[in-house]
Amino acid sequence: MAANHSAHHAPAPVGGNLFNATTFVCGVLIAIMIAILAVRFIFGLGAVTNLNDGYPWGIWVVVDVVIGSAFACGGFSVAMLVYIFNKGQYHPLIRPALLASLFGYTLAGIGVIFDLGRWWNFWHIFWPGYSNPNSVMFEVAVCISAYIVVMWLEFSPAFFEKWGMVDAKKKLNKVLFFLVALGTVLPMMHQSSLGTLIVVMGVQINPLWQTKLIPLLFLLTAVVIGYGVVLFESCVAASAYRRKIELHLLEPLAKVMLGMLALFIVVRFGDLVVRGALGHAFKANLVALAFWVEMLCFLAPFALIGSAGARRNPAKLFLAGTAIMLGGIFMRLNAFLIGYDTGVGVDTGWRYFPSVPELMVTIGMFAIEVLGYIIITRRFPVLPREDVQVAH
Amino acid sequence: MSDRRNFLKGVVAASGAAVAATALPTPAEARETKQRPPEALGLLYDATLCVGCKACVAACKQANDNPAEFSTVDQLWDTPLDTSGKTFNLIKMYRSGTMETKDAEENGYAFMKTSCMHCADPSCVSACPVSAMTKDPKTGIVEYSADACIGCRYCVAACPFGIPKYQYDSPTGKIGKCELCRHRYKDGHYSACAEVCPTGATLYGKTSDLLAEAKRRLALKPGEKAVFPRGNISGGKDQSYENVVGNYQQHVYGEKEYGGTQVLKLSGVPFEKVGMPNLPPEAAAAHSESIQHMLYGGLVMPLAVLGGMAFIAKRNVHHDDDDQKGEN
Repeated sequence: MAANHSAHHAPAPVGGNLFNATTFVCGVLIAIMIAILAVRFIFGLGAVTNLNDGYPWGIWVVVDVVIGSAFACGGFSVAMLVYIFNKGQYHPLIRPALLASLFGYTLAGIGVIFDLGRWWNFWHIFWPGYSNPNSVMFEVAVCISAYIVVMWLEFSPAFFEKWGMVDAKKKLNKVLFFLVALGTVLPMMHQSSLGTLIVVMGVQINPLWQTKLIPLLFLLTAVVIGYGVVLFESCVAASAYRRKIELHLLEPLAKVMLGMLALFIVVRFGDLVVRGALGHAFKANLVALAFWVEMLCFLAPFALIGSAGARRNPAKLFLAGTAIMLGGIFMRLNAFLIGYDTGVGVDTGWRYFPSVPELMVTIGMFAIEVLGYIIITRRFPVLPREDVQVAH
Repeated sequence: MSDRRNFLKGVVAASGAAVAATALPTPAEARETKQRPPEALGLLYDATLCVGCKACVAACKQANDNPAEFSTVDQLWDTPLDTSGKTFNLIKMYRSGTMETKDAEENGYAFMKTSCMHCADPSCVSACPVSAMTKDPKTGIVEYSADACIGCRYCVAACPFGIPKYQYDSPTGKIGKCELCRHRYKDGHYSACAEVCPTGATLYGKTSDLLAEAKRRLALKPGEKAVFPRGNISGGKDQSYENVVGNYQQHVYGEKEYGGTQVLKLSGVPFEKVGMPNLPPEAAAAHSESIQHMLYGGLVMPLAVLGGMAFIAKRNVHHDDDDQKGEN
C-alpha cells in the first residue's frame, strides 16, 4: 500500500489564466443571481419564486440542498475507499473530490438561508431551548454544519502547502485520522436523514418513496452518486485542462460503484415487493413514469460499463457517471416533489413549477461552484502534478 | 489478492452495519403514537347543522387581526378560497349535480370547516427544528411562536390537512394557523368561531365532552327532533336549542385519525369528498421519530460508528503520513 501511494505525483496547481470565456459566463450568472436574491430579501419569497402552500419546498430546497449535497458526496465516497477500506491507490482522487464536496456542501449551507422565510433566526436550530432533537431537520442541519467545518479542515493542507505553513500542516496531520473518521460518519448521518425528512409527511408521499427504508436508500445512492460525480468530474477536468485521464484509477472505481449500485437496486426492489408497493409503478400516471425514469438512470450504468473493456472507455465512464447523477436527481425530485401530494388527494388545486428567477438562482449557485473549482485548481495544489502542463 | 479480500470484507461489514443501523427495528425504542391529553380542548364541527353563514370566518379574522383577502374583481368583502397565512378558518362548499338536497352526496351540497385539527400527535410539532410549533401539555393546543420560527416551512409540508400556511408576500413572513383563540381565554372568551356560530355547528369544549356529544348525535334517529348545545359545551350558560337530526356518516372524523385530533367532525357526505383525507391510526410523527430515535438515541450508534471509523482511519492515515515524509 505504502509503496503504491508514493508512486503517485503530489498535487500541484494547474496554473494558467483565470480570465476566460467560462469564468466570464460564471461571473455574469452569479451577478444575475445576486440581483434576484436582493429582490427576494427585500420583498419576500413570493416575489421571485412560485412556492405556495401546496408546495412549500421548491428547487431551492430540493435541488440546491438535497441534490446539491448528494452531488457533493465524492469527497466522502473516495475518503471511505482510501482511509477506511485502505485502497491507497485512489489517493490522488481525494483532493479534487474533496474540493467539489467542500463547494457543494458550503453552497448548500448558504443556499438554505435564501430559502428560510425568517432567516435571521437560523441560529435557533443550534440553540438549546429552541432546537428540537425529534425533528429530522434538526439532525440534518447540525450534521451538515459540522461536516462543512470538518471538510474545510480536511482540505486545509492544500492551503498550508501553498502558503508554506509546515507546522500547521504537521499539527493537522496528527488529528487527520479523527477528521477522516468524522468525515465519513457525518455524511452517513445526514445523507440518510435527508431521506428521513419525508417520513413525517406521511401518506402525502407516494408509497413508491414513502418507506421506513428511505434513509438507507438515500445513503446508498449518496455513496454511489459520490463515485458517479468523481467519474464525471475526472473526465470533465481531464478534457477541460487537457490532462491525461486517470483511467487506471477510474476503471476499478467504476467497478466498486457498480457493486454499490447493485446493492441499492436489490434493496430498492426488495423493499417495494415486501411492502406491496410495486403496483404503484404500473399505474398510468406521471408518478409511475417518473419512477421508471429514475430506475432506468440507475440501471443504465450496467449496460454502459458492465464489461471491463467498456470501463476503459472514457466516454462510457463519463456517460455512466452522468446516468448515476441523473438517477440521483430524479430520485430526490420524485421523493420530495413529484411523488408529493398535499392533502392526500382530497385537495388537488396545487401546482408547482419553478419560476425563471428561481431557476436563475440555482444556476447561479452552480456557477459559483464551477468558478471556485477553476480558481482553486489553477492556484492551489489539488489535481495530481503532470510532467508537461498544457493548461489554458 | 489478500488486499482485495480485505476490501471486500470491509465492504460487506460496512454495508451490513449500515443496513443494520437503518433497517432493523428495535421495538423497545419505537415511539408509539401519542394520545390526547385528558384535559384537551377542541371543537366539534357538525356539517349537518352548518348553514354556511360564515360568521365564524369573519369572527376568526377579527379575533386574529387578519386582513381581508380577495378572490373577486370588485374586492368588496373578504372572499378567500382557501386558508392562508392570513385566513385561519374557512367554510368550504361541496357541490354535486343539481345541488337540490343539503348534505346529500348526489345532487346535493354540503359545508365543511377548514382549520387546524390540533392533532394528538402533530406532524408539524415533530417536524419543526426550532420548537416554534409546540403542543401545550395541558390543553393540547398546537401553538406557534413567530419569535422562534426560522420560516423553513417544514410544518407546511408535513401537515396532512394542509393547515400551517406561510405568508409568501412578506420579507418577514410568518406561519399562520388556528390556535383555538388561546389569546382570548384570559378575558373569559373561547374560540371565536364557536362563540358566534348561530346553529352550534361549531361547538367549543373539552375534546372528551365533544366526543361524547358526537357519539350521542350518531345514535339519534335522522329526521327526528333533538336538542343541540351551542357555544361552549364544557361550561358557561346553556344556549341549547331544538333542531332536526342530520343524516350522518357513522364516523366521528378525528376520533382515531393519526392517533386522534382535538377538533372532531361530523358530516352527511363522505369525508374524503369534503376534503378530509383518509388517514391511518398511527401518526407519521411516530414513524419519523422512531427512525430518528433508533439511529440517534443517546448518540450511541453514531459514537460507536465514529469510534470504529477512527480506529480504522488511524491505522490507514498513518501510512499516508510516512509516504509524505518520504516525498518531501
